[in-house]
Amino acid sequence: MWAFLGSDCMFFGTLIATYLVYYGKSLSGPLPIDVFSIPVTTVSTFVLLMSSMSMVLSYAALTRGRMKAFRIWLAATIVLGATFLAFQVFEFYEFANHEVVVSCDDDPTKWTDLEASLAAGCLTGAAGDEVSVRGFREVEYHAGGEHGPEIEGVYGLTPRTNLFGTTFFSLTGFHGAHVTLGVIWLLSLFFFSFKKGGVTPKKNLDLDLAALYWHFVDVVWIVIFTVVYLFGVFEGF
Amino acid sequence: MATESLDIHIKFPLLKRPLHPTGIWGWMTTIDHKRIGILYGVTAFIMFLTGGVEALLIRTQLIGPDKDYVSAEVFNQLFTMHGTTMIFLAIMPLSAAFFNFLIPLQIGARDVAFPRLNAFSYWTFLAGAIILNLSWFLGGAPNTGWFSYAPLTSSVFNPGNGPDFWIIGLQVLGIASLAASFNFIVTIINMRAPGMTWTRLPLFTWMTFITAILLVLAFPVITVALIELMFDRAFGMNFFNVAAGGTPVLWQHLFWVFGHPEVYILILPAMGIVSEVLPTFSRKPLFGYSTVVLAGAIIGFMGWMVWSHHMFTVGLGPIANSVFALTTMAIAIPTGIKIFNWIATIWKGSISFKTPMLYAIGFIALFTIGGISGVMHSMASSDAQQQDTYFIIAHIHYVLFGGAMMGIFAGMYYWFPKITGRMYDEKMGQLQFWLMFVGQNLAFFPMHFSGLWGMPRRIYTYGPDMGWTLMNTLSTAGAYLVGIAALIFVVNMVKSWRKGELASQDPWDARTLEWSIPSPPPEYNFEEIPIVQDRDDWWERKRSGKAKTAPAAVPVGGGSGGGHGIHLPQPSFWPMVVSIGLFIGAMGLIYNIAVAAIGGAIALIAIYAWSFEPVNEPDEESGH
Amino acid sequence: MLNMIRGSRRQIYLLLTVLLVTLLSACSKESPQSTFDALGPVSQSQLTILWVILGAGAFVFVLVFALLIFATIRYRRKSDDEADPPQIHGNNKLEIAWTIAPAIILIIVAVPTVRGIFFDANPPDDAAFTVEATGHQWWFEFEYPEQGIVTANELHIPVNQAVAVNLYSVDVIHSFWVPKLAGKLDMVPGNENHMWLEADEPGVYFGQCAEFCGESHAKMRFRVVVHTQADFDAWVIAQKQLAAIPTDPLAKEGYDLFIGQAQCWACHTIDGFQRARGSVGPNLSHVASRMQLGAGIMDNTQENLRAWLEDPNSFKPGNVMSRDAVVYADPSKGLSEPQISALVAFLRSLD
Repeated sequence: MWAFLGSDCMFFGTLIATYLVYYGKSLSGPLPIDVFSIPVTTVSTFVLLMSSMSMVLSYAALTRGRMKAFRIWLAATIVLGATFLAFQVFEFYEFANHEVVVSCDDDPTKWTDLEASLAAGCLTGAAGDEVSVRGFREVEYHAGGEHGPEIEGVYGLTPRTNLFGTTFFSLTGFHGAHVTLGVIWLLSLFFFSFKKGGVTPKKNLDLDLAALYWHFVDVVWIVIFTVVYLFGVFEGF
Repeated sequence: MATESLDIHIKFPLLKRPLHPTGIWGWMTTIDHKRIGILYGVTAFIMFLTGGVEALLIRTQLIGPDKDYVSAEVFNQLFTMHGTTMIFLAIMPLSAAFFNFLIPLQIGARDVAFPRLNAFSYWTFLAGAIILNLSWFLGGAPNTGWFSYAPLTSSVFNPGNGPDFWIIGLQVLGIASLAASFNFIVTIINMRAPGMTWTRLPLFTWMTFITAILLVLAFPVITVALIELMFDRAFGMNFFNVAAGGTPVLWQHLFWVFGHPEVYILILPAMGIVSEVLPTFSRKPLFGYSTVVLAGAIIGFMGWMVWSHHMFTVGLGPIANSVFALTTMAIAIPTGIKIFNWIATIWKGSISFKTPMLYAIGFIALFTIGGISGVMHSMASSDAQQQDTYFIIAHIHYVLFGGAMMGIFAGMYYWFPKITGRMYDEKMGQLQFWLMFVGQNLAFFPMHFSGLWGMPRRIYTYGPDMGWTLMNTLSTAGAYLVGIAALIFVVNMVKSWRKGELASQDPWDARTLEWSIPSPPPEYNFEEIPIVQDRDDWWERKRSGKAKTAPAAVPVGGGSGGGHGIHLPQPSFWPMVVSIGLFIGAMGLIYNIAVAAIGGAIALIAIYAWSFEPVNEPDEESGH
Repeated sequence: MLNMIRGSRRQIYLLLTVLLVTLLSACSKESPQSTFDALGPVSQSQLTILWVILGAGAFVFVLVFALLIFATIRYRRKSDDEADPPQIHGNNKLEIAWTIAPAIILIIVAVPTVRGIFFDANPPDDAAFTVEATGHQWWFEFEYPEQGIVTANELHIPVNQAVAVNLYSVDVIHSFWVPKLAGKLDMVPGNENHMWLEADEPGVYFGQCAEFCGESHAKMRFRVVVHTQADFDAWVIAQKQLAAIPTDPLAKEGYDLFIGQAQCWACHTIDGFQRARGSVGPNLSHVASRMQLGAGIMDNTQENLRAWLEDPNSFKPGNVMSRDAVVYADPSKGLSEPQISALVAFLRSLD
């Protein structure tokens, strides 16, 4: 198992290296700062960390022979893992359909680069309700928005959009596949534990390995969260 | 154990567990490491011959200027498949054949740690080999070189599906190699006989161990690179898309970060074999055991720090080139140590020139030449004149043919009696060695000159005014000689396997544990697990009179009737079914995603069936 | 079996003799791409390092082979029942010695190597001018920004002058290599690489793409023409002449085809004709003045040009013109014999 994890480290290492090589090399947007929502991802990261803790508790319960506690904690781990996956799916969908709204009456100095390029439509779009702005999809002009005239557009990130999209989705997708595999594995163990003698305090190697794998996947996520999300948003890094 | 099994038979009556299969089913469901080793060996040797035919076609095209026996496109496919076949389908699995057959025997174990995983490795390797070679019949083989530099592989420059076969085939082979490597790492760590400490481990086992670690670390890198390339081709992603700011040089970095350790993956097992053969036929222990092991480990470690020497002409800048030039030179030191230690091993020995020994000495000689030209390439500035010329081809063939393949031939002759229980034909073996030795020098030595005279690699034709004709004609003649030698080898092996003289258990007066059991070994290997007391334990036991020397020959296929009460894992269908699922899934990835899903589902179901299948059927177990 | 060994020893001697003879002939200067015939400072520095390492390598080779051959002869087993030889397990002093000795050799050769790497990489400050070289599948484009010239598959430089070369590619990776003048450097799409060239004597030097770049990689070649300074200046003036509409009726017909129906203009530039501004194929201004056709694969003669226009794919399989140009891709619009003659006459007039 350690050999497998070492090997897996190389997998992630290579993907992270690819991401870093191409970091900041995208020729067009959207960029990390445009799409990331740190609070949402922080919550999902927290969920995944909690699942690691419940995994520890589950294993501890098993070694002490408390089968019921073991199953509850194992189920908790599975639910938390699935929650993380749901977050990830939501996030991917959100990135692909990222909406930006600009109030044309706002102070232009407060616009980010992204908003500014959308706001370019404020000048040309006054005439009609359909405007085309480079990089944006489904751009619309509303003369009577909440705060005066508004431009609204979808600025989506997909694997094809740019280098950031390509490397980001591959890396996080690969990690997501690991979490999915982990959830399936734990689920199998969960059902298997109801079979007589399937998982017992003395026969805990299966759970031990699954737990090791689960912690590994968690640790990798910490690295990804730091390198991809935090580095991507905070310029100080 | 009995209570844990799910009744898989009820769910899958068609795949009832084969308890005592015979004939072809016996081979298809086997999880005996020796049989798997033989399967690996035979398959890989067929692939070696396939790659050889490709080489002969290449050489025929280049026999003289302006020939058009094959078209440019076919020529490109030939050299791509020649390189890919020889590396991934011949040398690596031939080494794997030795790992399989020998490692449990050398460390005093009854099988590998995960026998069914072992069978899975073989069938998956076979699936990968079939996928790669199917490309010849399904619209053209890959045509971008075994290194497949981006962006030539992109769908813009390569709309055909040749590269897809290459990508998918290599992925499948990667799965096989990874599974096998985990297996051998765990086997060597956990399954050693009592007393078989790390400092008593046979050299071949040591080199296998290092190779397996290299594999486990190197294959993920190429796998990720292949996935990235696949995503680019299939989904229009941008990893190597220059228009989106991607850089094709990234592919080269990833490929060679894998590719250079891969070179050592190819050569280290051969070094291990040679380190077994030389002491046996000199009747002397290996000179400086710990130095040789350490040198192997250092080579394996430093193999990670030299990848950019494949990229001296990419334009990484003089600083990067200088650093990699220096690390590359440094790797020559442990290699040199090995060569001198081998020479010291035969020094003052009592040398018997049987065929394996001829090959081992041939290995030292030719590997030295390949090593010297290797150091020449580390001179990054003069390498600018040699990079991508026939000089490099000369170098890699001296290392991989003169090195790895000569080592493997030494091993095939050396362990032939152990594997088959019969002796090969010594006269034919000697003749075959000399033909092979002369042939390959004739084929590869002139390439040094055609390279330095400016002949680039991978050109399908050249003009009569270039001054390369003589050297190319010589190379082609040499290649034909090698071809004849390979045929003689096949004849020798087939003939001897069928009706060679019966071999005794220890025909060479050898040193390691595999020679302490009958030839061929019984299914359970060791009647009693040996207690190891020395390095070269079997030799020491013989010399101290604790073992009978040269026991009577055992007839082929027969055990001595012993081994009752030894529980061996039983045969299983599931490993093969998983591999078939992978094969269908892989072909689906090339053609149709729905088929891929079906393949994936088959593999998944089979994995579940496999993991719920007990190691031994309960009723069988209670029968004893 | 002993006889076999003696026999094989003779084979080894024979082989060594053959090798030695070939080695001596290795300094042959016959090949137009021989790296032993170094005629510029860059290639000379590379050849010097080659000789240094070849010397060191030959020393190691002789040492190892002497030891190996001596051992195999001297320690041959004489009879089958001989007693075991002394069981030597190792010797630390010896092993340390053969760890340190190669290290010293390597340190010695490392110094000139590193110096060579930096020498080759950095053009001298007094480089005469810069050439922008671009790789295409499968031909080379050379642009002289200072002189305002674009040419294809023929690089002209003055003798004894360092010329900086910047390397690019528009499609896949190629490699720029003139063996007698300088070692190769890759042309990587999306990257810019730098090298320099200088030739000691006037003449024509062969160059060839050295990185596998697709089907006709073997047919991607070029020439470097080294002039005296005066000749070079004259060449520059000649290349800057704009083309004019030909007066010869046949050539005029070819011009009309080129600019019209055959659509050659879509991919090829001819300076002087407003319409011919394509940049996919080689620049054809002054194509008649060039020595070779089809990227250094045949002499620029009337017959060869005709044969090339009739079926370019037979000379260079997979080339873009055969694939995409309307006169080759669409059989109904193919060129007739008289049309080819007209085009040949027109192209031959562009000198």
